[in-house]
Amino acid sequence: MFKKFLFPLTTALGNMRASMTQTFLTILGIVIGVAAVTVVMSAGASAQKLVLNQIRGIGSNIVAILPGASDENGPPAQAFGVINTAFTNDDLVALRADGAVPHMRAACGYVSGNAPVQYKGRSERDTFQGVSPAMVRVEKARVQQGRFFTDEENMRRARVAVLGVNRAHSLFGAVSPIGKKIAIKGRRFTVIGVMAPRGAVAFTNPDDLIYVPLLTAQQQLLGIHFLNFARLKVDSEAHIADVKRAVTAILRARHDIRVGEEDDFSVRDTASALTIITKITNVLAAFLVLVAAIALLVGGIGVMNVMLIVLAQRLREIGLRKALGATRRDILLQFLVEAVVVAIVGGTVGIVVGIVATWGIAQLAQHLGYAWPLIITWRAIGIAAAVSVAIGVVFGIYPAMKAACVSPIEALRYE
Amino acid sequence: MLITCKDITKVYVTGETETRALRDVDCTIRAGEFVAIMGPSGSGKSTFMQILGLLDRPTSGAYLLDGKDTATFDDDALSRLRNRRFGFIFQSFNLLPRTTVADNVALPLLYNRDERLSATQSHERVMAALAAVSMEHRATHTTNQLSGGEQQRTAIARALINNPDILFADEPTGNLDSKTGLQVMRILQQLHEDGKTIVLVTHETTTARHAERILSMVDGRIVNDTPVTDRVSACDEDMLHK
Repeated sequence: MFKKFLFPLTTALGNMRASMTQTFLTILGIVIGVAAVTVVMSAGASAQKLVLNQIRGIGSNIVAILPGASDENGPPAQAFGVINTAFTNDDLVALRADGAVPHMRAACGYVSGNAPVQYKGRSERDTFQGVSPAMVRVEKARVQQGRFFTDEENMRRARVAVLGVNRAHSLFGAVSPIGKKIAIKGRRFTVIGVMAPRGAVAFTNPDDLIYVPLLTAQQQLLGIHFLNFARLKVDSEAHIADVKRAVTAILRARHDIRVGEEDDFSVRDTASALTIITKITNVLAAFLVLVAAIALLVGGIGVMNVMLIVLAQRLREIGLRKALGATRRDILLQFLVEAVVVAIVGGTVGIVVGIVATWGIAQLAQHLGYAWPLIITWRAIGIAAAVSVAIGVVFGIYPAMKAACVSPIEALRYE
Repeated sequence: MLITCKDITKVYVTGETETRALRDVDCTIRAGEFVAIMGPSGSGKSTFMQILGLLDRPTSGAYLLDGKDTATFDDDALSRLRNRRFGFIFQSFNLLPRTTVADNVALPLLYNRDERLSATQSHERVMAALAAVSMEHRATHTTNQLSGGEQQRTAIARALINNPDILFADEPTGNLDSKTGLQVMRILQQLHEDGKTIVLVTHETTTARHAERILSMVDGRIVNDTPVTDRVSACDEDMLHK
């Protein structure tokens, strides 16, 4: 029995060696398909984990307020580039008022902008973020060197700045930036602190940012009175719903929204954000798997194509084998084994390529500052391996059946 | 009677044209006979041999092997007969390329379901078959390194490996020069003396005269069935050449 499988196997390998180019091209389809499955599943898992980690990193019990109405499960209005000025500083002050929102620990408003930042000879456009001093408490952010700005500094629009660790490095190198003067949009700011490294979040990297007091940013750099968004820290997960309700009531009252009218703001919490992002990434992963499946289908058709070409080239050999006593089953088995061998070789190479690519993606992402976890899911590799065998069988069966039906008199045809 | 053919016809249909390759062929072949089927190309001699070798089925008529109607045999039974009782020798040798002489000769053993040989037993059988055609020194060469005569001798060794009782040789000397052709005929005559039944297909009278009996075919019919009176011994002829 063993020999029965071994012989077709050696024949298959021999034939593959004999037609290297053809085999290479056949295998290429499967390699790409299987590599795609491995990468999509592994990198997909990494990306999902990254995003979830980051949201958890900002802190669980967070409620975010975004200007503009939005569907609970859809993206916020800002995502479409809409600027909504309805959510203002005064709203934030009202929310902060004693007892207005029970169970709220801290609240931080955010604005951001892009401006030329100069220090000595260097001048580049950098992103700055105007935040409430409460940001460190809301986001669990740590200051590495110096200090964060105070409420007092915010109130008097002090020109002080705290640098993300990367920005500190790019501006000052090894020199301590504390006490140095930088110019943002031509205005002089004193650096008072450097944040501890945090890693990229979604599309921004807080380590690249320059933090300035919220009011300073609004009035001296941006000339606006509204907020891009705000985050509230809630004392425990159990009170998130209460906080959302209280925030909604206060903002509706402040914005004169009547009963039956839609909110002009959105209130989200990290738990629901997690759910939404998980949903989105799952859909994305499913879509990518579909793309990979198409690649595999193409690879499978390649296998079938080559097996049919091989069949045409080897009619005489098949006829001969039949004349020497091979049954239909023997020929069927031989061709199936060959197709499966081709598919397995392709699958193995594909898995290796997939692992290398996954590793490469992780390296690249880490280089760009994301805390990208390298996850190679064994499930992905298992699926890829199973799929390549299945391709060999599924796409090998038709050529194999055709081969089995070749008449032994083919061996007697003269060239 | 080893082989009995009754009113065998074979009709090929290609598109709308019918080609009658065999018309009401009747004949019998005894065990141990050396029969040559002779005729010009298109006379149906190869078709007849294919039917006798169970490589193809007749359109009508009966082919009895050991008195049993072969029409009742299924694919597995036919494969088994071809494997165990028949040996085939082809004009163009039909060896597997890029494969050693020994592996080529061993090929029918792979499909032999009755005897399961160990690797050593297989090797012994292969070497014995190669010795019968004086090819044991070439066992590890690949087939594309061989001369035409050596290739045909390898093919004969392959035909002998399962110790069949009938050998079918379709123009076995057709691709060989006269000297190597004679070597092949000498091997066939030797195998006949050892008791094998041999069915030889040829269009050459001189080749046919190595057999004991000649069936002459024209237009799909056997027109003549005569014993060979002036039989040629390849052994003597070979001596003459030297």
